Amino acid sequence: MNIHEYQAKELFRQYGVKTLNGILALNSNEAANACKELGGMIWVVKAQIHAGGRGKGGGIILCRSVDEVYEAANNIIGSKLVTPQTTSEGVNVSKVYVEEGCNIAKEFYLGIVLDREKELPVIMASTEGGIEIEEVASKNPEKILKVYVDPVTGLGDWQARKIAFGLGLEGKQVRSCMRFLKNLYNLFIDLDCSIVEINPLVVTTADDVVALDAKINFDNSALFRHTDIEQLRDQEEEEPLEVRATEVGLNYIKLDGEIGCMVNGAGLAMATMDIIKLHGGEPANFLDVGGGADSEQVAEGFRIILSDPSVKAIFVNIFGGIMRCDFIAKGIIAAAKEIKLDVPVIVRLAGTNVGIGKKMLVESGLDLITANDMNDGAIKVIEVMERKK
Amino acid sequence: MSIWLDSSSKVVVQGITGKNGQFHSEQMLDYGTRVIGGVTPGKGGQETLGLPIWDTMSEAVDAGANVSCIFVPPAFAADAIMEAADSEVDLIVAITEGIPALDMVKVKKYIESIDVRLIGPNCPGIITPGKSKVGIMPGHIHRKGDVGIISRSGTLTYEAVNQVTEKGLGQSTCVGIGGDPVNGTNFMDCLKAFENDRGTKSIIMIGEIGGTAEETASQYAKDYVSKPIVGFIAGRTAPPGKRMGHAGAIISGGKGTAKEKMNAMKRAGIHVTENPSELGKTLEEIL
Repeated sequence: MNIHEYQAKELFRQYGVKTLNGILALNSNEAANACKELGGMIWVVKAQIHAGGRGKGGGIILCRSVDEVYEAANNIIGSKLVTPQTTSEGVNVSKVYVEEGCNIAKEFYLGIVLDREKELPVIMASTEGGIEIEEVASKNPEKILKVYVDPVTGLGDWQARKIAFGLGLEGKQVRSCMRFLKNLYNLFIDLDCSIVEINPLVVTTADDVVALDAKINFDNSALFRHTDIEQLRDQEEEEPLEVRATEVGLNYIKLDGEIGCMVNGAGLAMATMDIIKLHGGEPANFLDVGGGADSEQVAEGFRIILSDPSVKAIFVNIFGGIMRCDFIAKGIIAAAKEIKLDVPVIVRLAGTNVGIGKKMLVESGLDLITANDMNDGAIKVIEVMERKK
Repeated sequence: MSIWLDSSSKVVVQGITGKNGQFHSEQMLDYGTRVIGGVTPGKGGQETLGLPIWDTMSEAVDAGANVSCIFVPPAFAADAIMEAADSEVDLIVAITEGIPALDMVKVKKYIESIDVRLIGPNCPGIITPGKSKVGIMPGHIHRKGDVGIISRSGTLTYEAVNQVTEKGLGQSTCVGIGGDPVNGTNFMDCLKAFENDRGTKSIIMIGEIGGTAEETASQYAKDYVSKPIVGFIAGRTAPPGKRMGHAGAIISGGKGTAKEKMNAMKRAGIHVTENPSELGKTLEEIL
């Protein structure tokens, strides 16, 4: 789960991770008032969206007067912001964060992620601040400092020093950086984060280490023990169909193609998308109905798939394990009777009780096309779609 | 022959009184697995399915258990795995989906110095056809044979098993290593074990997007595995930055794509198919 920069910075403050003062504004008047309240001579107006690359899309504006802040907020709020990480349509901006300025001496990159290979949290820092870290990683991997942290001992002073000195800091900056790192690591662990990223991290002319940006991504599996974090979820930032699916316990991800997919199991669901593509089709979605979907969930799955107007046909691919095929067939039949299936549906059933399941589908009188295996299903769904065109 | 599990394995089910634990214990017993009892703290001394319930894993081990199968809910599962490891069972199979990643980091650190094998979490388990199954896979699609199968997913593994069985072949052991970013046994461990198992003549390896375990295992296969391997990677069409159902199935920072993994497999001499319904066919062709 992602949160906004302003929310992440609030958490930073709670953990003693240094940030600049800022105020959230929902319209240009609020933004103008915010900069008066913050004081100073310089402010930054920042669009609050989850996607990165906001600066490149014009979502971060440096202002030198209250009027400029008003105008910047006026331009950003209500607009669609296109960044390298959004679709070409862009995303709606409904709020901005007005932040005080600071005197930057140096810019860095800092991130903490869970390293899957070493199975430990890793702190990554680089003097190449402000730019895409993936680019640094592929072109100049030696420019990224890495420190792996053992969760039992926590982040040692020596490790924090290694990063501070590695970044070329000196004097008071080193202590400031060490405190910053230790507090940030504690936040990462306490809140079950999967990514904490600060790009750029800056050293001010007063030798303070400060987070200019803040990105936090939480481990969804751990949200059960962070109900306060769950409250920070901004559903406007999420695909509405994905939100709806999550509510009924389905795992749905919208894609750009025309063939809707309903599958049990994540691996098989991906493989189904792949085989559609292999035969020249484009999957419209990933949908895993899970191991124990009931007929209501199957029905909701169909409704969600059909809510996407680009869907021209549906491929249901079920390998009945513990979830029996007759059970799934019952769900499909119930769902098909309840909702109007106005696109062709190809059903492939395999595994436990496949015979009974197939028979039920045939006897239901529904206009379903059955497939013998996954390959057959993928070919048939593409054929039937082409014929309709 | 088989790896890690055979008819002598004595299984205890942690979380046997829960809905899933109960259902699958029954299924395992039906398959012929020697389930000797279960652990549910606070219910020690009671019985379920005609089997004893213990409060702790050490009591289960005293009663003869050497394998644990875990159905404990995510919030308590890491604790259950560590209890099992401490009790000195040989094999822990964690079925539970949704364990926090940082809990698993601690578990991995804890079991590092203990001589125990962890399979999973978030996996279908392990089966040695005709002998024993520890997990949630449908037993009847399997058939005794000499094909070793390793996979990160559940139903896609069943798909592979079914294709192998339909070709008239069978499986030595099938291991679902699970879809989480931090897990126990990995592809490399399985390749090593299958290479050393006289009952295994060929291997099917099914990976998916996310992480670099497939690349590491491919390199290992190139250097140390003499048996033929058929490979598939799910998620060629998955968009970057999205978690595809499994917590670990995500392309992040441009890393962990299906293309990279397939290329690594091909470079290692693994017979990669791009069609998931041709796993059986590809295997038949190379044998």
